[in-house]
Amino acid sequence: MPKTVIEKIIQSHTHDEVEPGKIVWMDLDIRSARDFGGPNVVKNFEREYGDDPVEDKTKTFFTFDLCVPACSLKYADNQQICRNFARKNNIKVFDVDQGIGSHVLIEEGLALAGMTVVGTDSHLNILGAVNCFGQGMGDVDITFAFRTGKTWFEVPETLRVKIDGAVSSAASAKDLTLYILKRLGTQRAALKAVEFYGEAVKNLSLAGRITLCSMVTEMAGIIGFVPEVDENAAYADSVALDVTGLTPQIAAPSSPENVFDVSEFKGTDIHSGFIGSCTNGRTEDLAAAARVLEGRKIKEGVMLKVVPATRRVYQELLSQGILETLFSSGAIVSNPGCGGCAEGHIGLTGEGEVQISTGNRNFAGKQGKGQTYLASPEVVAASCVVGRIIGPEDL
Amino acid sequence: MTESSVSGKIRVLSDAKGHLIENIDTDQIFHNAHLHITEVDKMGTYAFGNLEGWKDFPQKSSPGDILVVGRNFGAGSSRQQAVDCFRSLQIGAILSPSFGAIYFRNAVNSGFPVLRSLELTQLVDEGKLETGDDIRVFFLSGKAQISSKNLSFHILPMSDVQYEIYRAGGLYSYGKTWNQD
Repeated sequence: MPKTVIEKIIQSHTHDEVEPGKIVWMDLDIRSARDFGGPNVVKNFEREYGDDPVEDKTKTFFTFDLCVPACSLKYADNQQICRNFARKNNIKVFDVDQGIGSHVLIEEGLALAGMTVVGTDSHLNILGAVNCFGQGMGDVDITFAFRTGKTWFEVPETLRVKIDGAVSSAASAKDLTLYILKRLGTQRAALKAVEFYGEAVKNLSLAGRITLCSMVTEMAGIIGFVPEVDENAAYADSVALDVTGLTPQIAAPSSPENVFDVSEFKGTDIHSGFIGSCTNGRTEDLAAAARVLEGRKIKEGVMLKVVPATRRVYQELLSQGILETLFSSGAIVSNPGCGGCAEGHIGLTGEGEVQISTGNRNFAGKQGKGQTYLASPEVVAASCVVGRIIGPEDL
Repeated sequence: MTESSVSGKIRVLSDAKGHLIENIDTDQIFHNAHLHITEVDKMGTYAFGNLEGWKDFPQKSSPGDILVVGRNFGAGSSRQQAVDCFRSLQIGAILSPSFGAIYFRNAVNSGFPVLRSLELTQLVDEGKLETGDDIRVFFLSGKAQISSKNLSFHILPMSDVQYEIYRAGGLYSYGKTWNQD
């Protein structure tokens, strides 16, 4: 029987025979550290390995994306610790101007189908969107990977999810993703790799696949893939869903799987919106928001905060006139990066504030003391126009 | 080679109704307000500092205690401190039906015994496994024994990799003895 996607990728990076549940040592094509975790990696490395070199400097990267440019002295110090180490070891730094590391690795053609990538970002598994193995790990693991180019990994079982039907014209990849999260919860995919098939995912763009794969983390899964070919491998479990006519979805506070139709929350007052993050920060996402905002104004007193995923996305916003539309509507558009998932950057909430966000997590306290709803760029944009939760088709 | 094992007194992380607390995340184990702490010795004070009902854990626990915790223990962030705070208190091992994936890795890499058993939830619910029981856990044969009650149950044996890293005292030490091909 054919191997699953993750089994095939791991098998091509190890001498051990791969099977679910078995721990193997695998070779890594890329190891990276960001501005959180990166300084710990440098300190660990220097303590454990002194002046020894990294195993392969061409496969080792720093990607700064959380607090960019540094918004406190502590982060300024931490980024400089990484830069100094990188200079000494001749390691490439994608610095504070470049945007979200996982997206940069895809854009730069560094993370490709069939490769293995680890880093200190717990959403690094979005690389599954290009059928690349990506995994977030702690700083001990990443230090070891810098030095040896290897990691141990327990081969996960694979869950097959087939999604048939066509969503309604108002629904986006985010709505599809939230609905899948609602149906799978945090147990069905727990500690498994997930392969998504079916007509509802077959035609997703790269941005849409990134949105879907990014939230496998919130499903407690290891990684999600959208394979091009359905080989009917040996799956541990399978689920079939029909999303015919799916309308816009929303995750209410305070967990991402707490998902409802947007219509059930229609009219709920909001104070701010956030569009961006590794889940919804692509040009396509921001263009979808701009289409809703074209010729409209954000309601007075409502903040709409927009953070492009990468510098390349930012450039496309400029060249395609999207930035102009967002600006004219009254949105705040910042430089690229992660935004509010990191304390100290754009997208935080104060006590009593209600925010609607395209992010992937709305746990209590994650973005501040306020409440966060999760939705698509279109729903966030529409809601900011009226100051209440509303689907774009109801504007 | 004699098989490695660990023994100690059980401490069950249960709620007011006596059930195992599930989904304890890394912010409840070691809150992000203390992430600047890098010395293992100083981390113990903050263990479970954000877990309702268990904030006095560092005072209550004794070296060698073996924790029994609910499923999906250590969900959330990748912080190493959420493992090292237990090493700091010289906790002997943690037993759970399941662990967050990154948490499990971090514990293995620290050479700290984390072991899985699907029987724990039922054993606790039925009152067969209680705080204060003397337990011995065998890492390779997948057996746990409570001598005082003449009770034994299954655990998932440590994988070769986990056992080798444990024996070496952590991933770094293990790697240094590693004869790479």
